[in-house]
Amino acid sequence: MWNFSDISNKIDQWLHETFNPTLALIFEMLIAGICVISLFALLGLVLVLMERKVSAWMQIRLGPNRVGPKGAFQSLADTVKLLVKEGLTPGGADKLLFNLAPFIAMIVAMLLMAPIAFAKNFQLWDLNIGVLYLSAVSSISVISILMAGWASNNKYSLMGAMRSGAQIVSYELSAGLSVLAIVVLTGSLSINDIILSQADGWWIFKGHIPALISFVIFIIAVTAETNRAPFDLAEAESELTAGFHTEYSGMKFALFFLAEYVNVFIVCALGATLFFGGWMPLHIGNWQGFNHVMDYIPSSLWFFGKTFFLIFVIMWFRWTFPRLRIDQLLNLEWKYLLPISMFNLLLVTLIAIMGWHF
Amino acid sequence: MAFLKFRVRNLELMFITKYIKEIFGAVGSLLKGMRRTGYYFTHHKEIITQQYPDNRTTLNLPERFKGEVVMPHDEHNEHACTGCTACELACPNGTIKIVTKFDVMPDGKKKKAIDKFVYHLELCTMCNLCIVACPTDAIKMAQTFEHSVFDRNKLTKVLNNPGSKIREGIE
Repeated sequence: MWNFSDISNKIDQWLHETFNPTLALIFEMLIAGICVISLFALLGLVLVLMERKVSAWMQIRLGPNRVGPKGAFQSLADTVKLLVKEGLTPGGADKLLFNLAPFIAMIVAMLLMAPIAFAKNFQLWDLNIGVLYLSAVSSISVISILMAGWASNNKYSLMGAMRSGAQIVSYELSAGLSVLAIVVLTGSLSINDIILSQADGWWIFKGHIPALISFVIFIIAVTAETNRAPFDLAEAESELTAGFHTEYSGMKFALFFLAEYVNVFIVCALGATLFFGGWMPLHIGNWQGFNHVMDYIPSSLWFFGKTFFLIFVIMWFRWTFPRLRIDQLLNLEWKYLLPISMFNLLLVTLIAIMGWHF
Repeated sequence: MAFLKFRVRNLELMFITKYIKEIFGAVGSLLKGMRRTGYYFTHHKEIITQQYPDNRTTLNLPERFKGEVVMPHDEHNEHACTGCTACELACPNGTIKIVTKFDVMPDGKKKKAIDKFVYHLELCTMCNLCIVACPTDAIKMAQTFEHSVFDRNKLTKVLNNPGSKIREGIE
């Protein structure tokens, strides 16, 4: 059976045999970069189509069904349209910041790809503070949004950007605390260690109710962090037209759009890694036979299955719940999520110290 | 003093129970909403989209769909309109204009009747107020909706058929 780690090892071997180590490293970096960019493009296409179909079915509609078989090429056609559109920079805008903002949003999304483990032994960068890195880098995205809002020289944009700033800064807290719950249980910040610690069961099952609570808080907080409905105050189509990207058009708009979807993918991948064991197949304690059968399903399939399930859940939120008001949004974070997640963290620590988890 | 302390503790307790109740209530109602959308997501037979130009012959319009105002006539070319202009008064944007005439009855008396029931489809918003206002149910909403024409004069219609008269017994 083929898997990603074999392929990457073979490429690595071949490069080291053919070139000297420095050149091989440069080539490997290039290949990794190209892989990440093509994954981005693919994710953008797939997730946009998925969102449109999911939203249509949830609203008793059909969704795109004209371009290609069952509308499969709809997002491809949209991409071509966005590529050929003019990328207008408004006259009153700060030209440098305005054009820089979408790229920063994109670069942040790219940086976040680094520590994600896509399959068994298939990870760009296994650094020992992977979780910390993810939560630290993901908060840079607020800079790109603020930059876009400020540079647009537009009231809607600025209001959207300010709301987004307040939102991301406050939800970062409870997202961090809910991630900490798993870090406490595992005792490590490395993504790889966290996955390996779930070899006898995923944390959502092993960690009792506190893990479940922290998962719920995590999924709420990341929905807010990625600026998706019901927390899409930064865009708020019905009141701010499009929020921070009101003035953007063509490919610059597409980059923001793509960054949003890639961010959704990354936070869902993180959620899948922390609570559902990443690429780890469904293992139950010491049931050797069952675990062995589960191992036959490739690890990459497990990872992408879990991630797409979580993405589906986030889309489910988006197409079910109405948008919150800004004061309700901040109430939810500071009066509910934060106290609950702090209390939950205490509970998890108690469980970890007493060894009550499985 | 002891009583006061008890009151304070009781209030705190009430606050905490309210707080926890709120959380469970919120989660419960959110899950209820998700169950509804989840049901629609899995049950595609509920989809209400009409793929219009493709299914022109088998179009399934909802009962309350409103296309234009019509005046039904029976087989004797008779309608139920008395020309009371209730619909004209009810119309918020002057879509209906009723031109009346006086019929001479066999006994020599004059009776008011409609000459022309003029209906400006281009002004109509399909609000249904004229149908509600009509005391004799002379007009109703039809479900035809393919109204596009090249000349907007064609949208001004006379609803009563030529030579029609009011049905016997309607006042």
